[in-house]
Amino acid sequence: MTQTATMAATGPGELPADEFRIAHYTIMPQRHYGRFLAAAAILAILAAIARAFAMGDIEWRYVGMFLTAPAILHGLANTIVLAVFAMVLGIVLGVVFAVMRLSKNPVLRIVAIGYVWLFRAAPALLQLLIWFNLALIFPRIAFPGLFDVRTVDVMTPFVAGLLGLGIQQGAYTSEVVRAGLQSVDQGQYEAAQAIGMTRMRMLRRIVMPQAMRVIVPPVGNEFIGMIKLTSLASVIQYSEMLHAAQTVYYANSRVLELLFVASIWYLGIVSLLSFGQSFVERYFGRGDRGGRR
Amino acid sequence: MTIINAAPLVRAIDIRKTFGDFEALKNVTLDIRRGEVVCVIGPSGSGKSTFLRCINQLEQIDGGAIWVNSELVGYRRDGQKLYHLKDHEIARQRRSIGMVFQRFNLFPHFTALENIVEGPVQVLGEEPGQARERARALLAQVGLADKETAYPSQLSGGQQQRVAIARGLAMRPDLMLFDEPTSALDPELVGDVLQVMRDLARSGMTMIVVTHELAFAREVADRVVFMDRGEIVEVDRPEQLLSTPKHSRTQEFISAVRV
Repeated sequence: MTQTATMAATGPGELPADEFRIAHYTIMPQRHYGRFLAAAAILAILAAIARAFAMGDIEWRYVGMFLTAPAILHGLANTIVLAVFAMVLGIVLGVVFAVMRLSKNPVLRIVAIGYVWLFRAAPALLQLLIWFNLALIFPRIAFPGLFDVRTVDVMTPFVAGLLGLGIQQGAYTSEVVRAGLQSVDQGQYEAAQAIGMTRMRMLRRIVMPQAMRVIVPPVGNEFIGMIKLTSLASVIQYSEMLHAAQTVYYANSRVLELLFVASIWYLGIVSLLSFGQSFVERYFGRGDRGGRR
Repeated sequence: MTIINAAPLVRAIDIRKTFGDFEALKNVTLDIRRGEVVCVIGPSGSGKSTFLRCINQLEQIDGGAIWVNSELVGYRRDGQKLYHLKDHEIARQRRSIGMVFQRFNLFPHFTALENIVEGPVQVLGEEPGQARERARALLAQVGLADKETAYPSQLSGGQQQRVAIARGLAMRPDLMLFDEPTSALDPELVGDVLQVMRDLARSGMTMIVVTHELAFAREVADRVVFMDRGEIVEVDRPEQLLSTPKHSRTQEFISAVRV
């Protein structure tokens, strides 16, 4: 009550009374006891898990030994190659079908809708198996006058993996790209048209670069998913990382050890990718930082 | 040659445009001569912006016809039949028309200079070095010579709008359209933009300006068009239309704005 009384007494333009001048007081830091407790509990749990692994029936020296074994490194390389090419295929298809989906042309639009519907519906593993066994439907692949080959010769595990994973990835990516294209302000489309750009040039020069800010984080996410999805290709005899690890442990029975080897490499690739993603994001975010808005 | 020059730069005849049931434009007819500055005023929803957007085909008209530079806008004529133009033909028609938007719509991933250079290099196929040279001159012309490397997010609204004007001018347009160019600006930033437009008008550019700045219209416009409910109600010299409007709807609007 005294405070309100004092405030009331202080008229406009007058200096406030001394009891409001507290700028020289010390601000005490907050104590977060809960955080210390939680951190301690987590460390204890981690230590217990680490102990269990150390005491378990695992020969850790095998993990170290096989981490850089030629067979494993070969599998690692194959994993990376398949993931990168499948992702590139997925992104290309994703962009093409997203642009088709937003086209004024109803034929293109419906084709795009159908593509996404079909290839998102079937499990990735199933699609890999179908591509790998495509020769049962199309014994030969031919283009009159250009080439004519037996499907079994062309549909190697790599090609089947690439098509299976890349095409289903394209269905997911096209939805991400569509969201990105739609996130760009209508005024940007109009400004690009007003300087006489055709639709394709507008998409390439103005809309896509801005859509990338929305597209990159989920695509980075899906790239990481793709790294792990390639392990499905072990089923069709593509010698990627998991397949390599399995081949080794069928021979020496060091199952867990080799699965750990594979895990370590997956962890490494994914960490590297997450790191790279932040650079890509920074590039496409240029122009919207360090300024007024 | 004289015949072509005597023809109006913009000729709009019986333009109709509907959005669903709403008639945005009802039989709008207007000729604009080369070098003329026309300000379009009227209450919101009167169709002024729609009219402007029809001229460079950001909206498709539902009836009537528009000619720019004696060329039919949006259609190819074959005898008594009209065929819609293709995407690249529409894009070509838009090249000769510059447009400035209420919300600037600068490309945020490009610097001020890149915004201006984009059209000449990508659309007109100009040599990048020359285009940059000219873009610098245009930036100087709008008083932003020192902002070449600034991104739009680092510029004030007034500065962004002046870059947007320079971007339009870089296409060497025959006609500049301004869609409420100062409506989204803080009051203290309006003056710089209007000054650039004033200079442009003096240089002989043909301009159609949708605006609420009646003082600007009075000073710069050769003619003022008053629109209401999708119709052109009155067209006259600014001193006539703004001081002694003939039509009662114009009178109401002018006195309401003048409070």
